[in-house]
Formats: sequence, structure tokens, C-alpha cells
Amino acid sequence: MEQLIQKLKEEIIVALNLSEMKPENIDEKAPLFVDGLGLDSIDALELTVLLEKKYGLKINTAEEGKKVLYSVRSMAEFITVNNKS
Amino acid sequence: MVIVDNKSVYSGTSADFGEFSASIYKHFTISYPKFHKMDNLSKLAFLSVELLSGSKKSDHKYKGDEIGIILMNSSSSLDTDRHHQDTIIDRSNYFPSPSVFVYTLPNVAIGEISIRHKIFGEGNFFVMEKFNPQFIVSYIQQLFYNEIIKCCIAGWVEIDGNDYESVVFLIEKTDRTDKGIANFEPGTIQKIYNKMK
Repeated sequence: MEQLIQKLKEEIIVALNLSEMKPENIDEKAPLFVDGLGLDSIDALELTVLLEKKYGLKINTAEEGKKVLYSVRSMAEFITVNNKS
Repeated sequence: MVIVDNKSVYSGTSADFGEFSASIYKHFTISYPKFHKMDNLSKLAFLSVELLSGSKKSDHKYKGDEIGIILMNSSSSLDTDRHHQDTIIDRSNYFPSPSVFVYTLPNVAIGEISIRHKIFGEGNFFVMEKFNPQFIVSYIQQLFYNEIIKCCIAGWVEIDGNDYESVVFLIEKTDRTDKGIANFEPGTIQKIYNKMK
């Protein structure tokens, strides 16, 4: 899980062009939107594409999206659970 | 090279626009994280206005709805359109990027500047074959005459790959005829453009 979180942080920085950010600056439990990284709705779409492109996973509903994209850790948990099934 | 008010203020070492724009951002200690998410056209327009506003501070002198932004170029958003096309051309690897797609219109660059400087006045991005001072002058004069705006950021912001140029200037409505204030005429604007070339 910790390796996946580190990898996700690096992928998020590249996907969202957060070039002033380093993986260690991202708190994996902090909300990604509004607070935390202060991401916006376009970033949410970009993260959805990231999950599909890199991990073959789709978010099916807005409600699921809110939970999955809450934080880096919740994204990692979603990937871990769905990769096992 | 970056020239502000006829003075060379920065010379980059890289011909690559990504590196050059990043070096300008760093050199002038601009702090605006969203810059890094913009497409190249928006970055070029943003940096041009950033340096211009740094020299004139017009955004402090006028209310947001008194300032307009009128830009033009010949390639529209083609630079970003190609980037977007790259993400959708292969049907077996079809992952269009939302953050690229949102920049596939040139007037988004005006939106970025407007957000940064809280500008709410007239905003238009015209696509023309070449820099057209006659059009810019008559268009902005109409905006002034009809009291739609009192100040306007205008110019030519062109980019296609690593081929780019930007000439941006500030026009203010004034009754003053002091020496040193250039008349807003096509010939004056053309001279400014030619000097920057």
C-alpha cells in the first residue's frame, strides 16, 4: 500500500502538472479538493482518466467518485480492492 | 527575449517554449501555481500581461469591468489542438485529457488573465492572418467611445510549437495630450510591433 501511495503521488504530480509540488509535500490522508491540494473539477476528470489509463479502473457514479477521489489514500485503497477482485 | 517598455529585461537561454516560459516565471518570481497547468498559448499570454501589469499597475487604477482584453493571433489554439489530437488519434489508446481539451479555444487565454487580474470587461480573441493594427485600433476606439471600457490590454499572442511571439500593450482612455503619451493610431501600434520583431 505504501509503495502504491508513493507511486500515485508521483503520477498525480505529472498528470496534473503540479510541478511545484513534491511527493513528500502531499499528505495522503488530506482531501484532494478544495482544501489540501486545492484541485478543481477538471483535475477530478484528469484523475478519473489516470485511474482508467494506468490501472484499468472506472469510476461509475458521481457518488463513488467523491469517495474514491477524496484523498491519495482513498485512491490507493480503491486500486488495491479492485485489483484483488 | 523579454522586452518591457523598450528595455530588455530578460534573455532566456532555451529555444524550447516550455523551458523558456518556466525560466521567465522563475526569474520574475511569479507565484501562481495554476500557471503550470495552462497550455502554451495561455502561458504566453499570461506571462506577457503579468510583466505588462507589473510595469503599469493598471489593474489597481481601474475597476475590473473598466478593463478589456483584446488579443489576436493567426494560429488560434492549433498548438493545443494538436496536443489534444495526439490523445485521441489512436482508438486503441483513447484517453483524451480533460485538462488539455479545455484549452482548445484561444479565448481561454483571456479567461486565465481575467481570473488572475479580476478583469470583467470586454474580452475577445480574434484570429487573423497577420497582426492587424487597423482592426485593433478601430475596435478598441469603439469600446472607448461607447464607454464600455476605460482601459484595454491588447496585442498579438502567437504560438505554434517553439515558434512564438507576443507583443502586448496597454491602452488607456485619456484626454491628456502630454508629450510622452503615444497616440493610439494604427501606425503607432505597427511601429511597436515592428520594433519587437
